[in-house]
Amino acid sequence: MATIELHQVEKKFGDFPAVKPMDLTIQDGEFLVLLGPSGCGKTTTLRMISGLETVTGGTISLNGRNVTWLHPSERDVAFVFQFFALYPHMTVRQNIVFPLQAERMAPADIDKRVAEVVKMLRIEHLMSQRPGTLSGGDQQRAALARALVRRPAAFLMDEPLGALDAELREAMRAEIKQLHIDQHATTVYVTHDQIEAMAMGDRIVVMSNAVVQQVGTPAEVYYNPANLFVARFIGSPGMNLVQGQFADQTVRFSGEQNYEVPAEWKPAIKKATGSNSVTVGFRPEAAHLSESGALVGEVYAVDIHGSYSMLHVKLAGSNGDFEIVHVRTDRRTNYPIGAQVRFDLNPEMVRFFDTSSEAAIQRENA
Amino acid sequence: MSSANLTASSGRRINRLSDRAIKNLFIWPTLILLIVMNVFPLFYSLYLSFTDYSAIARVAPRWIDFANFVDVLNNEQLWRYFATTGRFAFLSVGLQMVLGFGLAMLVREKFAGSGIVTTLILIPMMLSSVVVGLFWKLMYNPTFGYLNFLLGLSNPATSPDWLASRVANIPVPGLALWSVVFVDVWMWSPFVMLLALSGLNAIPDYLYEAAAIDRASSWFQFRRITLPQVAPLMLIAVLFRTIEAFKSFDLVMGMTGGGPGDQTEVIAVNLYRLAFTQWDTGFSSAVAYIILIIIIAISNLYIKYLNQMRDG
Repeated sequence: MATIELHQVEKKFGDFPAVKPMDLTIQDGEFLVLLGPSGCGKTTTLRMISGLETVTGGTISLNGRNVTWLHPSERDVAFVFQFFALYPHMTVRQNIVFPLQAERMAPADIDKRVAEVVKMLRIEHLMSQRPGTLSGGDQQRAALARALVRRPAAFLMDEPLGALDAELREAMRAEIKQLHIDQHATTVYVTHDQIEAMAMGDRIVVMSNAVVQQVGTPAEVYYNPANLFVARFIGSPGMNLVQGQFADQTVRFSGEQNYEVPAEWKPAIKKATGSNSVTVGFRPEAAHLSESGALVGEVYAVDIHGSYSMLHVKLAGSNGDFEIVHVRTDRRTNYPIGAQVRFDLNPEMVRFFDTSSEAAIQRENA
Repeated sequence: MSSANLTASSGRRINRLSDRAIKNLFIWPTLILLIVMNVFPLFYSLYLSFTDYSAIARVAPRWIDFANFVDVLNNEQLWRYFATTGRFAFLSVGLQMVLGFGLAMLVREKFAGSGIVTTLILIPMMLSSVVVGLFWKLMYNPTFGYLNFLLGLSNPATSPDWLASRVANIPVPGLALWSVVFVDVWMWSPFVMLLALSGLNAIPDYLYEAAAIDRASSWFQFRRITLPQVAPLMLIAVLFRTIEAFKSFDLVMGMTGGGPGDQTEVIAVNLYRLAFTQWDTGFSSAVAYIILIIIIAISNLYIKYLNQMRDG
């Protein structure tokens, strides 16, 4: 079990910064997810922790031991690759015992360890097969077994479910989560899928453009995004973001609509926005339709999701321009396209962002 | 099609061959060449191997059943030549594998000028084996040869005469065979290197990454990943080189002519002697067929093993 600390860790490929200096502490037993769009530096970060990639600055320590310049084999971490990286010329069993044989473990102990993980992952029937003959899910189980059998200090997983189809991905997600609960081993998990990140992570590190945007629990990054990028990236659809001018206790949107800012936000917004330009953010479920709603829009499209419906509502802007916001509503009412709807925002779930710096505005006593 | 078109096309028949005519034009010359130069001699020599025919005697071939084959199988001398051939093949193919694989491991590492080095290593393979045989014969020469000079053995009275199997005029049996093996290895290790190199380059990097994570030492990685991954290609190299070694003629003929005595008399050299100095055409056809059968048998063993290795 291990605590992993990154201090000012940086990676440049030539002049191109893949990861700008970042600090991060991964607690013992934590399941930490590195989340971001492709090319954001999340996989590079993971590979630097594993030692497969050297850092160009900063230090990495594992349980207080500085491992920055150690070879992957000296770090006691296991790595699960996106495309499994099983040894194709060996059977599943030979793959699983490979790390144990590499460290010259006694055959009797090897058998005991293998029996444990085989039972845990229920892969008894695959043991004498070659990876090439297995389905994606079974290959991933074999790869997980190879990582687990070592009992490493930490597990590093690079989009382990990325190569699987949607249905299997969901099942494997639960399996990996269950394994983590059983083992309680420090795990760093890379994904670009925010649903996966929300479902699995104890904490999520959102990255974009080589920079950490926010570190927080799934609830924190969902409800209190640190900036506009996180607000857009987390959730499907992301947070509704409508730009307006703050003046006199209200935000005036371009379509001549006024939104009365909840009282507890007023001082913070006043202080934060020099230019008065503010972006109002709210999740689809923070808006509720009502006859007396303060905001007016027009139904643009309706997505039926089964248990609920998602309305795409057109907010009129200036000069015939318009903006689409998403509003979650119950599935029973039918909203014809083009119909006018009014809605209010749940004051507890509204967030405000400084339009120019893109950062979230923080309430003083929040 | 209108009649005007019809006349136009028939008027230019020579320019406009039909697809079928074009096919025939390509296939038949090749086929005729193949039949005349390969297929007919193959079957004609099979027929001759059952006769007492001699190509310089003005006597028609006489059918003698299996007499030639019985003679071959009972001829101890011939089996000694087969054994020499086997020894030659085993030594030279074995060394080529080791050396070729080693070279491949070396040139796989990218260093300044590694492309040029690779090309230079390939040169021996591109030369004609008669030329190679003749210039190595000069290099091996005890009086003015380059090799002894480089080795600092410039006194002809005490230096080795490689191709005569003598050192300081004392016979060292096997020296000539080893000398020929050395040249064959020099010439064909690059070929094995090429095959091994393509095998090495086909091993994906992530396997080594996984092995590094699995805490495998370099030696463990080499033994458990590199070797098994390259093995199928190495086996193909063994197959090619063994077949070639069993047919070895020009190199041996150019260097030693089978000598000294019959120390390097490989079966192909002896076959040449039987067929074109003794003109024992029927008998030599039988020998040729037995060589063919042996080569086919060996190849099949390899191929069987190769398939086994692939299916695992």
